[in-house]
Amino acid sequence: MDEHSVFLPRAEATRLLQALKGAGFDRILGPVAREGTLLFQPVKRWEELPMGIRDVQQPGSYRLQQQEGSRCFAWANGAQALKPLTFTPREIIWRAQRSVEGHLSFESAQESPEPTAVVGVRACDLAALDLQERHFMHGRFPDPWFRKRREALFLVGVSCSHPADTCFCASTGDGPAITRGHDLGMAELDEGYLLWAGTQAGRTLLERLDLDEATASQRRAVEKETHQATVTQSRTLPGRHLKQGLYERLQAGHWADVGERCLSCGNCTAVCPTCFCHMEMDEPALNGGTSEHLRQWSSCFNAEHSFMGHFVVRSDTRLRYRQWLTHKLGSWHEQYGRSGCVGCGRCITWCPVGIDITAEAHALLQEAPDA
Amino acid sequence: MREPTDLPWEARITSRVQETRDIFSVKLELVDPGIRETYRSYPGQYNMLYLFGVGEVPISIVSDPDDAGPLEHTIRAVGRVTHGLERLRVGDTLGLRGPYGRGWPLQAAQGRNVVVISGGLGCAPVVSMIRYMLRRRDDYGQITILQGVKHSNDLIWRRQYQEWEKIRDVQVLLASDQGGPQWPFSVGNVTVLMEKAIIPPEDTVAVLCGPEPMMKAAIPRLLERDVDPFHIWLSIERNMQCGIGHCGHCQVGPHFICQDGPVFRYPDIADWIDREGF
Repeated sequence: MDEHSVFLPRAEATRLLQALKGAGFDRILGPVAREGTLLFQPVKRWEELPMGIRDVQQPGSYRLQQQEGSRCFAWANGAQALKPLTFTPREIIWRAQRSVEGHLSFESAQESPEPTAVVGVRACDLAALDLQERHFMHGRFPDPWFRKRREALFLVGVSCSHPADTCFCASTGDGPAITRGHDLGMAELDEGYLLWAGTQAGRTLLERLDLDEATASQRRAVEKETHQATVTQSRTLPGRHLKQGLYERLQAGHWADVGERCLSCGNCTAVCPTCFCHMEMDEPALNGGTSEHLRQWSSCFNAEHSFMGHFVVRSDTRLRYRQWLTHKLGSWHEQYGRSGCVGCGRCITWCPVGIDITAEAHALLQEAPDA
Repeated sequence: MREPTDLPWEARITSRVQETRDIFSVKLELVDPGIRETYRSYPGQYNMLYLFGVGEVPISIVSDPDDAGPLEHTIRAVGRVTHGLERLRVGDTLGLRGPYGRGWPLQAAQGRNVVVISGGLGCAPVVSMIRYMLRRRDDYGQITILQGVKHSNDLIWRRQYQEWEKIRDVQVLLASDQGGPQWPFSVGNVTVLMEKAIIPPEDTVAVLCGPEPMMKAAIPRLLERDVDPFHIWLSIERNMQCGIGHCGHCQVGPHFICQDGPVFRYPDIADWIDREGF
């Protein structure tokens, strides 16, 4: 939110979707209550958004509840962040062809992604997208598949007013307010929405909407809700020296404790908006003339992940959990300049046995450093 | 140097040698002349080799980069892709993309003595460096080459080692854990060779490649001989699927072995390889 925020009355909210369509975004995604959670789905009218829906999140539990009220964003997050839109769960990256004479040729399977606007992106997920950009786009080998899809996105962020019990974005510094990474920022009040631009594309869209400035009392109301959304978060990550603290406790007994509880299922890495590991594989056609080379989300909790032909580097769950946590909260700093955790809490909610990354990190730091 | 692309290029096998029961060498020629002329690698780097319909594997480059000829790779048939590659013959084609990774410290080694310690097929990634140094013999001091194998049948390139041995100030020491009747060299671990090795304490660079337990056993012996840890370099192996630091499989602590390595200065990786599970 900034001093140039404008106000979109609730009754006119569909105009935002129409303006996005008018700006060339044929595909507009918004949160929709489906499959027991909130998923980004194509939307045409504001009424399709989850009006009156609340989410109740606990370690190992996610429930939606229908309540009174007209708010469409009175919840924290669903199972998915933006990740599947830019880093596809399973995709063909190139195709090989073999001629009858045995010649091989290779072609990229890259398609031109449809211009896509996403409405209702949380601050934690914008921070996570930034981290995925650092990994896939800003290294020595920029990933063309990721880059094209990222460049086709227009992002309408929405500040959080109702964080879940599992949220800790205030502790990681990534939320709850929309402050960066958005084309358009949005905050919801009972009477409608405050909108503000984050990019030139966002400014152009606001000009099309031609709305009145938000009033000072509306801005104060949003500030109050943001403050409330910050102070109600009870979970935190240990703040200072977390990376060093974990590195100094690689032999801590608590790794075995969490290793006993963890099922090594990989749910946490699938819902994590920053996890980037994937496997590559080939699927040859039955005619023997073509083969598709694919990549698919993978997890450091799988044996395949550290398979070395004659041995597995991380043969038990204790070592895999330690790999995940010391990477997420530790070596991300060395690789990408910050922690790999944005405080969305999904790994806590979607863990079948309710393992809580914040509780594990605190428990580990309470142990004495390795001798 | 040509930057590797996202897609493999077509390469053709121009020669093939069965080195042992399960190790073979192939020379590969990039089919497109434009790519062939601009392709440049550096000793210690690797290519991703693609077997049609099966997948890719990272394989180190054996040939000296200054050789204009085909690219040589020595491979052990151990998994799905390498077992398939083993069945290819001269004239067959495969995919190749690369070169990837950071290679051996040729600049740091210049003007110094060099100890090369390898075990098993770890001899392959160091060969291009040895060839590179021997072509520029005057640029390096004493060159000591130690190679250990599990069984005497596993030793490849016996003739090449014998030729290197004849070169001035080159010492070659070979060992096998199990010697056979025709085994004229040492019996035991590669580290037993270190007692006989010429390792000048001053100005010596050590490069190691092979199973991690072998390297971990050799390093304390180098340190005992007053080799500066800063001058010890290792090539590390992990599961690699993309080669470009994206897929995440090869991480060791903060390092992506595929692009930050595979060659590391010992102090940069020591803390991580000493721990189980990294």
